[in-house]
Amino acid sequence: MSRRVVVTGLGAVAPGGTNLKQYWDLLSSGRTATRPITAFDPSPYRSRIAAECDFDPVEAGLSPQEARRMDRATQFAVAAAREAIAGSGLDLPGTDGERLAVSLGCAVGCTTSMEREYVVLSDGGRSWLVDPEYAVPHLYDWFVPSSAAAEVAHTVGAQGPVALISDGCTSGLDAVGHGAELIREGSADVVVAGGTDAPISPITLACFDAIKATSPRNDDAAHASRPFDATRNGLVLGEGGAVLVLEELEHARRRGAHVYAEVAGFGSRSNAYHMTGLRPDGVEMAEAVRVALDEARIAPEGVDYVNAHGSSTKQNDRHETAAFKRSLGDHAYRVPVSSIKSMIGHSLGAIGALELVACALAMEYGVVPPTANLHVADPECDLDYVPLTAREQRVDTVLSVGSGFGGFQSAVVLARPDRRTA
Amino acid sequence: MTTRELLSLDDLRRILREAAGDDDTVDIDGDILDTPFVELGFDSLAILETVSRVSREFSVALPDEVVERCDTPRAFLEDVNRTLTGV
Amino acid sequence: MSAAVVTGLGVAAANGLGTEAYWRATLDGRAGIREITRFDPSGYPVRLAGEVSGFVAEEHLPGRLLPQTDRMTRLSLYAAEQALADAGVPAAGGLRYDIGVATASSMGGFEFGQRELENLWSKGGSHVSAYQSFAWFYAVNSGQISIRHNLRGPGAALVTDHAGGLDAVGHARRQIRRGTPAILTGGVDGALCPLGIAGLVSTGGYTSRTDPDGAYRPFAADADGAVPGEGGAHLLLEDRDAARARGAKVYGELAGYAATFDPAGAPETGLRRAITGALRDAQVVPADVGLVFADGTADRAADRAEAAALAAVFGPRAVPVTVPKTMVGRLQAGAAALDLATALLALRDGVAPHTAGVDAPAPDCPIDLVTGSPRSLPLNCVLVLARGRGGFNAAAVLRRSQQ
Repeated sequence: MSRRVVVTGLGAVAPGGTNLKQYWDLLSSGRTATRPITAFDPSPYRSRIAAECDFDPVEAGLSPQEARRMDRATQFAVAAAREAIAGSGLDLPGTDGERLAVSLGCAVGCTTSMEREYVVLSDGGRSWLVDPEYAVPHLYDWFVPSSAAAEVAHTVGAQGPVALISDGCTSGLDAVGHGAELIREGSADVVVAGGTDAPISPITLACFDAIKATSPRNDDAAHASRPFDATRNGLVLGEGGAVLVLEELEHARRRGAHVYAEVAGFGSRSNAYHMTGLRPDGVEMAEAVRVALDEARIAPEGVDYVNAHGSSTKQNDRHETAAFKRSLGDHAYRVPVSSIKSMIGHSLGAIGALELVACALAMEYGVVPPTANLHVADPECDLDYVPLTAREQRVDTVLSVGSGFGGFQSAVVLARPDRRTA
Repeated sequence: MTTRELLSLDDLRRILREAAGDDDTVDIDGDILDTPFVELGFDSLAILETVSRVSREFSVALPDEVVERCDTPRAFLEDVNRTLTGV
Repeated sequence: MSAAVVTGLGVAAANGLGTEAYWRATLDGRAGIREITRFDPSGYPVRLAGEVSGFVAEEHLPGRLLPQTDRMTRLSLYAAEQALADAGVPAAGGLRYDIGVATASSMGGFEFGQRELENLWSKGGSHVSAYQSFAWFYAVNSGQISIRHNLRGPGAALVTDHAGGLDAVGHARRQIRRGTPAILTGGVDGALCPLGIAGLVSTGGYTSRTDPDGAYRPFAADADGAVPGEGGAHLLLEDRDAARARGAKVYGELAGYAATFDPAGAPETGLRRAITGALRDAQVVPADVGLVFADGTADRAADRAEAAALAAVFGPRAVPVTVPKTMVGRLQAGAAALDLATALLALRDGVAPHTAGVDAPAPDCPIDLVTGSPRSLPLNCVLVLARGRGGFNAAAVLRRSQQ
């Protein structure tokens, strides 16, 4: 009998809502959290908008020492992990730490702290030979993102496998896929899985400016992220963290845990094409979807909701629309497809996990979150993107996809564990 | 108005090399004016980097659309030099 | 469940570029550790490193890849190409889903990143390279390898600090079990730029010695830190049946793998569990293991903990232990991947490379350290250990393949 994996806890630090309830309120109301950047003066940059988290580490329960030691991305992950564990009802002291694992996704690591320290050590960029005398004791931990996974592991007492998965913008999905695999193969019974990133810093802005990936709609930040809209002109950067408590099904049943969904399938493929570009045909993403549905033993017609990558770039929206048609056939035209990046921006390695949390809540509440800011249809994007307002609808099976720099294409299927399988 | 130095084809060749590196299999010293950048092995990132370097070197602000609009060296040179001369 | 075997190796290390050059140098005891040449290290408390000085990127990579790659990515692309060629995998077009990529990373393309940070802060945002968005990120090697060789299977990058080289290979085996016939894996890493060295210095884990001879002294009583380095290894891990079907040569089998995390304050218990977990996974007993490639940080407390874990599993001085990294430095995510490659070569040739520069282990490290010169041994089964800062442990068991 193969081991099955279910989601029993959720936690989120997101723009517009730094806990699960506020996060879902934002998504289900169709409001947006994109705004002019407040973290620093963005005036030198082409794109000066982002979806920021109004996050106070001490309010979120971190000690002053933790707040000082941890980069912002790590703080998000730890806060989301605490919320997810609390909500799962898991008795941590009574849980075997050796059977507890961590799988955290993160694309750009502790960028904010790294850049801040670089500026100090290099005397404002003047010196290539940076002065290590000025280094803080945690400097190395801010250079290696594994420190974020380690902090989460210490927080929950994990002594099983702990890893940081860094697959660009599919990191969050891949970390959940990896976490589920740890349970299936028997390496763990419980996995704290998720994603985190806090990329809103000058260097990230500059490098996205350089490839014109981010939206320059600075005069209308609230409506700048427009996935599938003909007037979209780039992604809006976001930040945040999300954690899902993954648990072996029988382990969860024995303790009477609330089950949000089963992690039923996962697929990932590479396009072997370009570090940032996508072919318009969506072949590899379609293949990732096929693998995930196969593993879940769910036919394309069984998918009730598709959570799209929908990054608000023309290239992605067309690539992805083609991938859905290729993998879901005619059902692609019938199933609701939406992108919550319209509301919370694109938080790189966190977004996949934030999207999976949204998918689990969509199943929980029977509500499909909308694609905000979608007013003008792009003739090449002709699916049902759930424009502007959320839709009440029973959701038993969700497909969530992601696409990342490096050519990574990933798909996760969440489904009710009591569904009938083929 | 003051005369500004224009972007020559040789300037462009040099900047393309700096931006995207040399490729032994493609000769960009030949007649490339009307050969699409793609056929010369320059992808969108290479062109973005080239635009960025031209902007810095010639102190000129080039609109975002340059990358999409100019698919050959000739179109690129014309576009940039139109901006430089203010025509 | 079919076994996962290694059918291709590619190595880039300070004492040898290419697998056989590296292996010859290692058996000869030739170290590649010198004073850092890539910048003036005189103002730094860490001045030695294992630089892959013989590597000239222009000789190995197409020119178009140079402006968009950090040095460690160039080394990685070199090693990946070598591994695929060594495995005899034919280049193929079309939708090649049968090979994926899983590499380990630690700091990403850090020298590239420092240069762009400098461009931004000294000249302004318009001076930041269009390639910065991916050249420094942790997934860069996986992406670039996938693109260069048309590998469309699952792609991933794992970051667990120095344990990454083993965790990536464990991840690769998982993908093979999920149905992808082969994964290009391992890790090539390095951040030998001023900012990278400043980061390493802040850990207190690196020696400030200036004489390269015996500077990196794992398990020695006078150990005072490791020497950093760049390089590592890529391996093609392949489903055994698939490898047999195409008549591939096999270096050995990845028979066991386990990863654990240390509970606060008890580092040796996590490592011990990783060792026993990997042995159990390989279905072998301690007596089957002929040689251990230790993590060997050359930090006194960490060395004692590792020796204690080995003694607890195998008995005191009951199994030969070695740290050939003493010749090339600790390569972050590349370190354990290089150890795996070295272990496979040791299995092939029946010889344990030695821990260069160390005469004997400290009395509080009850291990049989291979010192002085290589030791000929009948080897059937080898254990490789790796630990990452923060509490990461990983262990892998390699076995001579039963053909």
